[in-house]
Amino acid sequence: MPVPTPFHPRTSGLCGSLLWKEWSGYYAVRSYDTCHEREYYALRHAAGLIDVSPLFKADLYGPDAAALLSLVTVRNLRKLRVGRVTYLCWCDDDGKVVDDGTVTRIGEQHYRLTGNGPLCGWLARYSDGFDVNVEDTSDAYGALALQGPLARAILVAAAGPEIEQLRFFRGRESAIGGIPVLITRTGYTGDLGYEIWVERDRAVEVWDRVMGAGRPYRIQPAGLDAMDVTRIEAGFVLCGVDYFPAHHCMLDSRKSSPYEIGLGWAVNLDREPFVGQRALREEVARGAVWELVGIEYDWDEYEALHAEYGLPPQVTSGAWRDAVPLYDTRGRQIGQATSGAWSPLLKKNLALATVRTGHAAPGTRVRVEVTVEYERRNVGATVVKTPFFDPARKKA
Amino acid sequence: MSEHPHSSHYDAIVIGGGHNGLTAAAYLAKAGRKVLVLERRHVLGGAAVSEELYPGFTFSVCSYVVSLLRPHIIRELELARHGLEIIPLEASFLPLPNGDSLTRWSDPERTRREVARFSRHDSERLPEFSLAMTKLCWLAKRIIDEPAPDPASLAPRELLKLLRLGRTMKDDPTDLRWLNFKLLTMSAVDFLDLWFESDVLKAPMSVSGIIGTFLGVRSPGTAYVLLHHYMGEIDGAFRAWGFSKGGTGGISLAIANAARAHGAEILEQSGVERVLVHGGKANGVVLENGDTVRASTVISSVDPNRTFLRLVGEEHLEDEFAAQIRRYRLRGSSGKVNLALDRLPEFSCRPGDGPHLHGDIAIAPSIDYLERAYDEAKYGDFSERPYINVVIPSLVDPTVAPPGKHVMSCFVQYAPYDIKEGPEHWPERREAFGDAVVDTLAEYIPGLRESILYRQVLTPWDLEQEFGLTEGNIFHGELSLDQLLFLRPAAGWARYRTPIEGLWVCGSGTHPGGGIMGAPGELAAKTMLQSRAL
Repeated sequence: MPVPTPFHPRTSGLCGSLLWKEWSGYYAVRSYDTCHEREYYALRHAAGLIDVSPLFKADLYGPDAAALLSLVTVRNLRKLRVGRVTYLCWCDDDGKVVDDGTVTRIGEQHYRLTGNGPLCGWLARYSDGFDVNVEDTSDAYGALALQGPLARAILVAAAGPEIEQLRFFRGRESAIGGIPVLITRTGYTGDLGYEIWVERDRAVEVWDRVMGAGRPYRIQPAGLDAMDVTRIEAGFVLCGVDYFPAHHCMLDSRKSSPYEIGLGWAVNLDREPFVGQRALREEVARGAVWELVGIEYDWDEYEALHAEYGLPPQVTSGAWRDAVPLYDTRGRQIGQATSGAWSPLLKKNLALATVRTGHAAPGTRVRVEVTVEYERRNVGATVVKTPFFDPARKKA
Repeated sequence: MSEHPHSSHYDAIVIGGGHNGLTAAAYLAKAGRKVLVLERRHVLGGAAVSEELYPGFTFSVCSYVVSLLRPHIIRELELARHGLEIIPLEASFLPLPNGDSLTRWSDPERTRREVARFSRHDSERLPEFSLAMTKLCWLAKRIIDEPAPDPASLAPRELLKLLRLGRTMKDDPTDLRWLNFKLLTMSAVDFLDLWFESDVLKAPMSVSGIIGTFLGVRSPGTAYVLLHHYMGEIDGAFRAWGFSKGGTGGISLAIANAARAHGAEILEQSGVERVLVHGGKANGVVLENGDTVRASTVISSVDPNRTFLRLVGEEHLEDEFAAQIRRYRLRGSSGKVNLALDRLPEFSCRPGDGPHLHGDIAIAPSIDYLERAYDEAKYGDFSERPYINVVIPSLVDPTVAPPGKHVMSCFVQYAPYDIKEGPEHWPERREAFGDAVVDTLAEYIPGLRESILYRQVLTPWDLEQEFGLTEGNIFHGELSLDQLLFLRPAAGWARYRTPIEGLWVCGSGTHPGGGIMGAPGELAAKTMLQSRAL
C-alpha cells in the first residue's frame, strides 16, 4: 500500500476526482478534477502547484561530497558553485543510464541529489574511502513544484523580494512564513518555475502559505496528468517511460547511454575517472546507435486518416506512454515513439521518440503508428528539435 | 479391500499415484495407451495429498505450496478444466524474537520500505537480485523443461543438445554466466552475501537453499537449491508461490481427473510388492494382495532406492548400477507438523489478521539460528529450535477449515532421518519433536498451545513408512550437484530408462528433480512415446 506524502492532508481534501496513482510508494494525485485540463492551463497561463515529494533525495555532507558525485555521475561537480543547480544522469560501468536528476550545492560541503529511484544504495557502492556522509532525505523533506508564468510573483509574495533575483538553475535557502525552505529555480514543465523543499513536519504550513499567496494569481493545485503534458512539450525524458534504468533491464538492448536519450550534453568526458567513462569514450568514438528526438504528426494526414473512417480527428486528452513503432518512408521500422501528447498550447500532436541515428536530423520524414477503429495505420511525421515549447520567461 | 484391475494386461503400469506417476499416466493415456496406476494408500497424491484428518479440517499433509508445476503441463493436460485452482501467496512474513518483524510483499515499493528499516542498502539491491534470479531462472527453465543432456554421448543429437545449451549460455552476459557457475557451487549464504548485508533479510531468503536438503545455509551447493525454489512460476511470473485450493491434493486429483478422462485406470489401496523381471525384462507387477498384473512396460514413480533395491531387487541389477543406487543420497532432513486451530494464531509482534499472514511465515530469525539448527542435526538430533515454514491456507481458502477456524501447516527442518538412536526409534521421539515445534512457535504466538484442536506430527520415519519416501527425503534424493541433471538418479541412466528392459522411472528422483513440478512424469512419458517404448 502506498503511503501519504507530507502534503496529503491538503491534497486529499482537494482531490475531488479521487484519481490517484502510486508514485515510488506514495499516493500521488493524477488530477484533482476528473479532467486535468484546468490544471494544465493553470501551469501554462498562471501557476500550478504540484506535490513532487516522491522524488528521491540524498543529502551529501563532507569535504569529498563533490568528488563522490563527480565519480558517480557524468558531470564534474567540483566546479559547481554554492547556490547552483545542475541537471545530470548517472551510468553503470557499461555507460548505460541508471537514473537522472539534479544536484544542488546548498553549502560549501553540502549537496543534494534528486532522482527517480533510490539513490543511497547506488552511492554507497562507490563511497568507500570518501570523506562524505550520505543521508537519505527522501522522507525527511516534502517538495512542491510551483510552475507557470506567475510563479515568480506568487513566490515573491510568499517568500520575499529576494526571489526576484533567483536565476535559472540557482537555489537559495529562504523562508516562507518563517519556515525554512530551500528554493530552487527548477522544474519539469519547461516554464518559469520553482521547486520548494521543506521539512516534512512543516510541509502543510508551506502549502497553505503558497496557496494563500497564489490565490489572487489564480494558482491551481496540479496533478501528474497535467505535468506529463507539460514535460512532453518541454521535451523532457521520463525514466521508466522514454528510457529504462540500466540496472533493472532484463535485456541489454533496453538500456540507453546518455547520448541515446538526449543527455550527451551533460557528460563531461575528459576529466578524472568516473563510472562508465571508458564505455562512454568508446561510444563517442564509435557513435551512438540511437538518438532521442521530438516528432510532430502531420495534422492534415491525421485528419484525413480519421475521415476515412467517418470520424473527426481524435487526440487523447492527456499524455500517452504506450510506445508505438516508428517507420521510415519505405516502411522499415527505425525506432519507437515512447510518449506523446496533444499540445493544447502549440496546437500540435507531439511525441518523444527513439530512432536509429541517421533518422534523427530535424526535418527527417518518418511514419508513426496510429490505431483508428482497432486498425493499425500510420501517418507521416517530422523530426523536430526539442524542446517543442521553450518560452523566454523560463530563463528570464 | 482393494479393487481389482479391470483387465489382466496393460500397455503400461505406473507404480505410485503421486503427482508424477499420475502425470506420466495422463500423458500416456492421452497418447492412446492402456494405462493402470497403482497407489498403495487409500488416497491419491503421494506427497501432494489432502486429507481430512480431523472433522472439518483438510490438511496438505506433506507438500503445502506449489509453484514449480510446469505451465505447459497445465495447458496440455487441461488441468484448469479438471479442477486445478491456485491461489497466490501474498507475502513472506518473518516474525522476530525481539518483537519486530519483516514482511516482503508483492508490492515492490512496500517491500523496499520494509527492508529499508533493516538495511537501506539491501532495500535498493533487492530489485537487482530479483532481476538476476529471473535471468538465471530463464536459463534454468530451458534445462528443466527438457530431458537432461548426455555429456558422455557422441551421438549427433546429444552433441546438438549440448551445443544448444552452450549457446543459450553464450548469449548471456558474462557476469550472468559467472553468476551461474557461482550458483552451482556456492553456499546460499555466500551467494546472498554478493548482494545483501542484513541478516534479517538474508536468513529467510537463505532457507530456500536448505529445504529438503541435509545441508546448512553455509554449506556449499545450497545456492542451487535456492534457485530451484526461485524457479517456480505462476502464469509466467517467476518466484510466485501459491496454495492449491483444497490443499495440494487438489493438484494430484486434477491430474488424476485428466488421466481418467483419457481412459487411464487408477486403483487405490493397491500397493506393489515387486516388479516381475523375467530374463532381464520387466513384464508386470505383483501386488501386496498377491494379484499379478501384466504389462509390457512398468513405470515406477517411487524413489530410485525403493524402485531398484526393493521392488526390483539387487539380484536383477549389475553391481556397478546397484552400487550407484545404494550411494544415492536420500538423507531426509525435515518433518511436518499439521495443526487444527480453533482460532487465528496471534503473533505477538504483529497481532491480528492481515495480509502478512496470507503467505508463508518463516521462523528463521538469523543465519546463526539456522546454522545452529543444522549443528544439532549433524550429530543426530532434531533441532530444538528449528527452521519452520508456516502457512495458514484457511485464511485464503475457506474450503479447508470451518468458519473462524484454521489449519496451520508447519514444515520443519532439521529432523534428520538418522537420529542417533536409530531411525526406527523416531516413533518414541515423535511427540518430543512435535513439542519442540510448538514450543518454538509459541515464542512468537503465545496463545498457540491453547488453540490447538488436533496435532499431526510427521517425522522422516513417518514419511518413509506412510508415504514411501525412503529415509523421509521429500525430493526423492537430495538436489545436490552430483545428483542432478545427467547424474539423476545414476550416471548414464538419467533418461527415465533403467538397466531393466521395459522398466522406466518417472519420479522426483529423476531429472529435473523434486517439488510439485510434474516435469519428471511428463518428460518420462514423452521420452517413452518418442522412443516407441510402448
